[in-house]
Amino acid sequence: MVAHTTEPLQTRSVRFRIKRQDRPGRPWRWESFDVPVEPGANVISCLQWIAANPRTIDGRDSNPVAYDAGCLEEVCGACTMLINGQVRQSCSCLIDQYAPRDGDVMRLEPMSKFPVVRDLMVDRQRLFHALTRTKAWVPIDGTYHLGPGPQDTPQSQQVRYKLSECMSCGCCLEACPQYKLEEHESRWDKAFIGAHAISQARLFNEHGTGNVLASDRLDAMIGPGGISDCGNAQNCVKVCPKDIPLTESIAAIGRAVTIHSIRKFFTGK
Amino acid sequence: MNTQKRVIVVGGGLAGLAGTIRIAEAGLPVDLFSMVPVKRSHSVCAQGGINAANDIARQQGYSEYEHFDETIYGGDFLQHQPPVYEMVHWAPKIIDLLDRMGVPFNRTAESQRDLRLFGGSLYKRTHFAGATTGQQLLYALDEQVRRWEAQGKVNKYEYWEFLWPVLETDDAGRRCVGIVAQDVRTMQIRAFRAEAVVMATGGCGMIFGKSTNSVMCTGAAASRCYQAGAWYANGEFIQVHPTAIPGADKLRLMSESARGEGGRVWVPRTKADRRDPRDIPENERFYFLEEKYPKYGNIVPRDIATREIFDICVNQGLGVGGGNMVYLDLTHLGRDYLELKLGGIIEIYRKFAGEDPALVPMKIFPGVHYSMGGLWTQYTAKDDLRGMAMGSANSMMTNIPGLYAFGEVNYQYHGANRLGANALLSCIFDGLFCGAGVANYVLEGVTTTSARLDQSIYDAAVSQQQEIVDRLINAGGKESPYQIGRELGEEMTAASTVVKSEQRLLRAIEALHQLQGRYQSIGLSDTGMWTNQNLSYARALGDMLKLAEVILQGGIDRKESRGAHYRTDFPDRDDANFLKTTVAKYDPDTGRPEIFLEPVETGLVPPRARTYGKVAASTDTSRPTETVSV
Repeated sequence: MVAHTTEPLQTRSVRFRIKRQDRPGRPWRWESFDVPVEPGANVISCLQWIAANPRTIDGRDSNPVAYDAGCLEEVCGACTMLINGQVRQSCSCLIDQYAPRDGDVMRLEPMSKFPVVRDLMVDRQRLFHALTRTKAWVPIDGTYHLGPGPQDTPQSQQVRYKLSECMSCGCCLEACPQYKLEEHESRWDKAFIGAHAISQARLFNEHGTGNVLASDRLDAMIGPGGISDCGNAQNCVKVCPKDIPLTESIAAIGRAVTIHSIRKFFTGK
Repeated sequence: MNTQKRVIVVGGGLAGLAGTIRIAEAGLPVDLFSMVPVKRSHSVCAQGGINAANDIARQQGYSEYEHFDETIYGGDFLQHQPPVYEMVHWAPKIIDLLDRMGVPFNRTAESQRDLRLFGGSLYKRTHFAGATTGQQLLYALDEQVRRWEAQGKVNKYEYWEFLWPVLETDDAGRRCVGIVAQDVRTMQIRAFRAEAVVMATGGCGMIFGKSTNSVMCTGAAASRCYQAGAWYANGEFIQVHPTAIPGADKLRLMSESARGEGGRVWVPRTKADRRDPRDIPENERFYFLEEKYPKYGNIVPRDIATREIFDICVNQGLGVGGGNMVYLDLTHLGRDYLELKLGGIIEIYRKFAGEDPALVPMKIFPGVHYSMGGLWTQYTAKDDLRGMAMGSANSMMTNIPGLYAFGEVNYQYHGANRLGANALLSCIFDGLFCGAGVANYVLEGVTTTSARLDQSIYDAAVSQQQEIVDRLINAGGKESPYQIGRELGEEMTAASTVVKSEQRLLRAIEALHQLQGRYQSIGLSDTGMWTNQNLSYARALGDMLKLAEVILQGGIDRKESRGAHYRTDFPDRDDANFLKTTVAKYDPDTGRPEIFLEPVETGLVPPRARTYGKVAASTDTSRPTETVSV
């Protein structure tokens, strides 16, 4: 609908330096592309341009760069990568802000805490696995009509809504010094679960019905890879694109875990 | 081999997830296929809310019946009425269910679920979670599906692309017995057996190049079903949302809730007024929707708002700065209110347009948003037409037994124009209501399980798909798929969105045939067989080119104006000839659609004029008179 002219009105060029890897187990390499950028361009529109014109700065024919993308409005979390060393969504990375001058360089790399599938695309399955580990759901009786859910105050709703905006992008994990790359699924249950999952545990423990599983969630947080692995670096909260109060969640779950452990010690439950 | 009966669901948005939950609940294992991790499905982009009759509106004279009537009137009477009647009566129950799942719906001071106004209604009946309601609903369903997955009742195949339905013909006729799919990372192609297949693959915005849709909304999956023999209905009805912000890669939606919460659309009364909008005094602003539609004002339905904005900019040249933009003004609402009610979209505008909507009016223009048309589906009405028969096995089944279509990918519920905040409802409703029908079909209707079918049926289906891939990989032609895709988008946007005419549509068909010809000489820059996105896109492009023809041909055959379909050469609605569904059947010999018309069930609300109380505005306006490519 909107005027997209065939020829860009005014263009300048930005150099994209992209870390590429053909498939798992292969060596990686840098490739550079000069991309003409229109006002309003973002990293995705530049990757789209490269896909249509995959020629490197030394004139070599290459192929389109593989990357994950979805909504392109920073709400699905798919297009997360490292841009000039910072983890973030590439759709909301506007070139005019990041590389304002002609000839500026943008460095794109895949996230380092997840196995590379190809180029900028990584496998974040472990992140979703952590949601299963946390039992991040409300155990409803079923989908038949049983009336409304538990009452909720506007204050509590605002807390839960904020936590529920987590789009499982993985920025908090990339920035976390305690979260390490684990290629093999067999190790996921013992490795650090990460800030996002701890925050989801808080989200569901705050819900009137979700709370039924609170003790299971806290048990998951006590074991190896649980909350005690958090080194309190607080990087997670700084990089969260949705400003989710991750450190508050970690503190809240930390307190709950302490109380839960004491209770378990005395009651054996 | 697993001999238990099972169901395949393709697509992990609201419709696919709701269907998965309902079918799993009925005791059937579900294999859930999605091109993306389901939590990243396009439903995540829905912003404004979900409609349902509620206690406050009831005390003002509203009920499910009014919701029904609004939906039919909003859709310009083109939808079958029994399914809509059923859906609106499920709406309050669906809200309760989502509430139980933990969706953080906004609350009033008294802890009640808050409500807002939305397009096409004078009652507050839209429930919402900030301005990211679709995200919150999707997450709630995603969590429930994960719970089923943890119990081993649901298998997810994420990063798998649906390539083709597997059809089997026996004495009882043709039916769907599985799918062929491809892992988009390893590029492995495999067949999967099932007693029933539910397509829940959403819309086709990518056919128009830039739209508000996510990148995977190519319509390719629907097109593949259509090419395999499923009918496609009302393809010409594409919703162009009035308020989007333009971007280099996509058009970003600015929710209708911005207007529902009090946002005002205006342009300066003087052409090409260069002043800062904040310096333009009230009497020099043209609030054209409020003037022309005193009753509904800024919350007229989307097709009407879009045509008015188009008229203001393109025909009258009153767009902001002389361009294709109007103001959507929220500055009078106050920052706290905006953050509480519209936080998500305020943030999107701030991030992508670089301005603060609390301080400066937003600049917006219409963008392709939703497909009312889709795969043709059946239903069984109750005897008095008031609703659908519960559990009927043909609920949202396509013309191919065993192949279903849920959510945006089918053509039901929304007629010629969808009302805002009815999409989330129709998707979840399909999953819950029609999911029960799928279970009944599988448990009672299927006698020969797919596990007993000959392996050769599946092997043949796989090799057919492998051939298509091999042909693309080895094509080695000069044409770039991206260039063809771009030209397709530009042509479709110019010819077949807000304003159409026979002449322009015929030209577009001609251009489309040229693109289809060029597609035969395509060449890939990546011929490897690992995570080859070049190949996946090229493959989808071929299917987009087929579906585009359905959209154009439907537009040519429908010689009237109705809802989102506006023809300058036939500007009026023509119930005598076109109160009909356009149904497209693929002709494998010509590769083109054959279109026939089918009557619409209007037995509950007789069609009436659809004006939304329009009056003449202070500034002279005229109907859009020509097709202009913008």
